[in-house]
Amino acid sequence: MSTTVPPPDVQPDLHDEPPPPGPGLERDAEKAASRRGFLIGLPGLAYLVAFFAAPLLIVVVYSFASRSPRGATVLAGWNLDSYARLTDSLVLTIAWRSLWIAVVTTLICLVLAYPFAYYLATRPVRVRALLLVLVMIPFWSNFLVRTYAWRMLLGSDGPLTRLLQTVGIDATLLFTPTGVMIGLVYGYLPFMILPLYAAVERLDHSLVEAARDLYASGWQAFWKVTWPLSRPGVIAGSILVFIPSFGAYVTPEILGGRGSTMLGSYIARQFIGTASDWPFGSALSVAILVVMLAAATAYFRAGGKNL
Amino acid sequence: MSVLEMPGGAGAEVADDSLARPRRGVDRVLAGNAWLVFAFLYLPILVLIVYSFNDNERVGVWTEPSLRWYGELVGNTRVMDALRNSLVVAAVSTVVATVLGTLAGLSMERFRYRGQRMFDGLLYLPVIIPDITMAVMLLLFFVQAFDLIFLATGVQFSRGLGTIMLAHVAFNVSFVALVVRARLAGLDGALEEAAADLYASRWQAFRRVTLPLIAPGVAGGALLALTLSLDDVVITEFVSGAGATTLPVYVFGSLRRGVTPLINAVSVLMLVGSILLVLLSLAVSRRREDAGE
Repeated sequence: MSTTVPPPDVQPDLHDEPPPPGPGLERDAEKAASRRGFLIGLPGLAYLVAFFAAPLLIVVVYSFASRSPRGATVLAGWNLDSYARLTDSLVLTIAWRSLWIAVVTTLICLVLAYPFAYYLATRPVRVRALLLVLVMIPFWSNFLVRTYAWRMLLGSDGPLTRLLQTVGIDATLLFTPTGVMIGLVYGYLPFMILPLYAAVERLDHSLVEAARDLYASGWQAFWKVTWPLSRPGVIAGSILVFIPSFGAYVTPEILGGRGSTMLGSYIARQFIGTASDWPFGSALSVAILVVMLAAATAYFRAGGKNL
Repeated sequence: MSVLEMPGGAGAEVADDSLARPRRGVDRVLAGNAWLVFAFLYLPILVLIVYSFNDNERVGVWTEPSLRWYGELVGNTRVMDALRNSLVVAAVSTVVATVLGTLAGLSMERFRYRGQRMFDGLLYLPVIIPDITMAVMLLLFFVQAFDLIFLATGVQFSRGLGTIMLAHVAFNVSFVALVVRARLAGLDGALEEAAADLYASRWQAFRRVTLPLIAPGVAGGALLALTLSLDDVVITEFVSGAGATTLPVYVFGSLRRGVTPLINAVSVLMLVGSILLVLLSLAVSRRREDAGE
C-alpha cells in the first residue's frame, strides 16, 4: 500500500516532555486529561498491538526456527541457519540487483522531478493547483493497473516498441531490469515530486535575488542557494522512492523476467510458490526491514523533520 | 497538496511569481520537461483505455473498436464475485479504520501522556514498512493464531474475507490517524478551550466544536483508506484464503497466467473507480478550503 502514500507531512515531535509541575488542583486536572488521552487512543493502540506488533514478533520468531526435511516448519529447533543463508551468493546477487535498481530508479526520479517541481512552484497559484491535481490523479489510481499498462506499451507488439522499431531502435524492454525500472519510476515519481515541490515552493526567493544582486550567475545562485535550501525535499523524496523500490514485488512480477528478480519477489517465493521456506523467508523479511528502518532513521536524522 | 490550503493573499501571489519566475530560456527547458513528465504519467493510462475497446483476442493487436470485453466482464461470475468482495472489504475496513484512526489521531495530537512515543512509533511503522514484509507478517500471524485456537478450542478458522478485513484495518488505521493529525495540527486548540469556558461539557465541546472542525480531515482519511483498501494486492494476496479473492488479486493472478483483453476492461473499471475517488477527495478539500478561509 505504500504505493499511494502521501508523503507524511506530520513528523513525530517531542512528546516525552513531562507536563510542567503545577499546584495540586491543576496537576490533578492534567493527570485526568492525560488519562483521557490514553483511553481515547487505546482502541487503535490495542488493534495495532494485536494485528501489527504481534505479527512482527512472530516473523522474528520464525526467522530463528528450523524446517523439517519434509518442508514443514518446526518451531522447536532454534538456530541462526536462516540468517547464515543471507550470505549465499544467490541472495547477494538478488540483494545487489534490488539495490542498484532502487538507486537508479531514485536518481531518475530526482532528475525528472526536480525541474518539474521547480516549474510547478513558479507558476501562478491557480495554474499550480491545476497541475498538482493532474499529478495526483494517476498517483491515486490503481498501482497494479498502471503497472500493467506498461506491459502493453513495452510488449513486443506494443505501440512503444513499434514506434522505436520504425525509428530503427530494436529494444527489448519488457521482462528486463530496464522494464522494471521504467515501471518503478512511473509508480513512484509523484513521491519525489510532492516533497520537492513542498520544499521549492516555500523557498525564500529573495535569497536567490540577493545572490543575483551580488553578481552570482544563474547557475551559481542555483547551486549555492536554491539547491541547499531544497535539500530536505530531495532527502524526503529520495527516501520515499528508495524504500518501496528496494522492496518492490508487484512491479518486477509484472514487468520483470528471469534476470530481474528482486528481494520482494524472492521473499514472496519463500511463502507462496514452490520454494516454501518460511524461516528463510522470515529472515529475509527481517533483514529488509532493518534496511528500511535504517533508511527512515537516516531521513529523520538528516533534518526531514523540518520538511 | 499545500496549495489547496494556502491562505488566499492576492498580493502575495503576484509578488511571489515575479520574483521566482526563471529566465526565458531556462523556463522553456522547464516547460519541456513538464510536458515530458505529463506525457509519461498519462500515456499508459490512455493506451490502456483505448485498447480495452479493442475487438481482438490478442492484447497488443488493434483490429476495431467494440464493447465486447465490457460485455464479457459483466457476465463473468469470477470477476463479479471479486468486485463484490473488494467492495465489502473496503467498506468494512474503511469504517472501522476511520473510527480507530480518528481516535488515535486525537489522542496523539491533543493529549500528552507517558508512553505516547511508543504509540507514535507503532502508528508510523505500518506506513513505512514495505508491503511484502507486512504481508509475510500477517500470513504467519494468522496461520499461527488459527493453529493455537484449534489446539485450545477445537474450532478451525481459515483465511478468507475476515482475515483480509483485519489486515486492511491494520494498515488503514495509521493512514487515517496521519491525515486527522495533520488537520488537528493546523487547528487552534483555543477554540476547544473557549467552548469549555462557555460551560460546554467535554462531549458537547467535542461534538459541536472539534468534530465539525476535523470533519474534512476525517473524510480525507476515510477516502484514503477506501482507496488503499481497493488497491491493495500484496497483503490481500497473502492473507486471503482459497475462496476469497478481491479484484486486484484476481487481476494479479490473471497477469501471471497470461493476459487477456478482459483484464484491460477490468483494469479500466478499476481506474475509473479510483479516479472518481480522487475527484471526490478533491471536492472535499475544496470545501475544506472554502470553510477554512
